[in-house]
Amino acid sequence: MSWFTTFVRPRINALMRKQEIPDDLWHKCSSCEQMIYHKDLVSHQYVCRHCGHHMRIPLKMRFETLFDAGSYTRVPLPKVLLDPLKFKDSKKYADRLKVARLETKEEDAILVAEGYMGGYPVVLAAFDFSFIGGSMGMAVGEGLVRAAERACELKSAYITLPSSGGARMQEGIFSLMQMPRSVIAVEQVKEAGLPYITILVNPTMGGVAASFAMLGDIAIAEPGAIIGFTGARVLQETIRQELPPGFQEANFQLAHGMVDMVTPREDIRQKLIDILGVLMSKK
Amino acid sequence: MTVTLDFEKSIGELESKLAELRHMASTGEMDIASEVKRLQDKTEKLLAKTYKTLTPWQKVQVARHPERPHTGNYIDALITDFTPLAGDRTFAEDAAIVGGLGRFRGQPVVVMGHEKGRDTDLRIKHNFGMPRPEGYRKAARLMQLADRFKLPVITFVDTAGAHPGIDAEERGQSEALARCLEISAAVNVPILTTIIGEGGSGGAIALAFANVVMMLEHSIYSVISPEGCASILWRTRDKKEEAAIAQKLTAQDLKQFGIIDRIIPEPLGGAQRSPATIIQSVGDALEKALKPLLSLDGKVVRSQRRAKFLAMGRSGLA
Ligand SMILES: [Zn+2]
Repeated sequence: MSWFTTFVRPRINALMRKQEIPDDLWHKCSSCEQMIYHKDLVSHQYVCRHCGHHMRIPLKMRFETLFDAGSYTRVPLPKVLLDPLKFKDSKKYADRLKVARLETKEEDAILVAEGYMGGYPVVLAAFDFSFIGGSMGMAVGEGLVRAAERACELKSAYITLPSSGGARMQEGIFSLMQMPRSVIAVEQVKEAGLPYITILVNPTMGGVAASFAMLGDIAIAEPGAIIGFTGARVLQETIRQELPPGFQEANFQLAHGMVDMVTPREDIRQKLIDILGVLMSKK
Repeated sequence: MTVTLDFEKSIGELESKLAELRHMASTGEMDIASEVKRLQDKTEKLLAKTYKTLTPWQKVQVARHPERPHTGNYIDALITDFTPLAGDRTFAEDAAIVGGLGRFRGQPVVVMGHEKGRDTDLRIKHNFGMPRPEGYRKAARLMQLADRFKLPVITFVDTAGAHPGIDAEERGQSEALARCLEISAAVNVPILTTIIGEGGSGGAIALAFANVVMMLEHSIYSVISPEGCASILWRTRDKKEEAAIAQKLTAQDLKQFGIIDRIIPEPLGGAQRSPATIIQSVGDALEKALKPLLSLDGKVVRSQRRAKFLAMGRSGLA
């Protein structure tokens, strides 16, 4: 049997089924294990109304909740060379990419949109964690560079919303190079006198944290988001020592001075509008 | 050589036999010059053959060889009037990155690099060349100093990566690294980087966002160590040799990808066998790379650096 029929076809079928989810379905909160009605989950932007746990929200829903009247335009991103190393571990990277594309119906782990928030022009570059862990390779880097360019063209604010385990290891050195490349993008926005704001979403780790994600003029973190350089598993394996409770969580980063605020998801839009109002008003 | 790598067993045996013969010859006990010559030829031939066909994993071993010259050795030999500088002015001095002011072949410069340390005490002092946030903040501080006084920046990269630790995370490892990259993007002076051993992940790129990036012939540069890559993607560190191949972390691969600008050939049997020779070669390569940059306007130097990184991966591949 071909790779397509054995591997891809069942996944497509699974996807079709997923979209038929009825509105009256119940979800279980992964934190408090209480049941949540699907409609409630959507109306609370995927935040558990029992315990406040922030679950992963579909990216398009995120865009709709952030932009004025839920209206935005996707910024087309440049095509990049796929699989520059012709990388293969237990599976070919090229095949992993195909599957991720089928499942997400997107080209890669970044979506860029332009629109308005409170009337202020914004270009938003957001990560899709479901696409290979939101990892940063060439396509993500090019997306960030394009988003920053677009912000400069439109004299918009530049907002990034990382949710990423870090580098796309299957792209090797090319993934490492996205650190300086994404930083250049940030610098262009800052030099143009435009605001650069980050919304740090679970998780923001590794090379993503150690580049554009930590350079915001203003940094907002979602409650419970894990933000840091070295992940807990690697740290524990290396130092063989218990990590303190709440280690690398949003509140830990707030306490250590690394973010300006920890803001519940449902309040982020208004917070952004307040900030943009101060930073972008001509007056 | 006191440390012989696992694939150098027969070379090591020849080398110690040769050393023994030379000692005997020097005591004048007997005339064995021809035997010394024969053995030396044999050793050189074997060295040349072995080092011409090193596998990626063998290169990893060579790149980490404890007797390879370190940043401190390059600074000692290439920088005159050296004044070491210390501290990030925020929290601490981090000796994983050493640096300071000096002259490179007459030209005033700021110089810095990862220092792994030579013996146990020094390795602990320098934290095996793995910087904490203070190391990156010191590096950024020195780059800003260079910018203020229009001094070129020379960096040497030799690190397994950023320090993994609770303390480093508490004090903003990510932010410090990101800020170092931001300063590297901003300065209006040339930055020249030489990867002299191990160029590991974020720890390496913090000192390698440069106008010119050169690598020693048997050095490596990668987003994660082969062991780390194997443990994540193969679920076992035992697959490190496969990972080293898949990662394409050799200087030769990276030159082809357009990630680095130049490969500096190493002496027979690697830099560790002839430190003085490789240091001289690095000095010559640096001088050649620096010269055209010195006459350029600072803004041009900065945009050249950015354009170079923006162009990476956009063409010339496949
Ligand atoms: Zn809950």
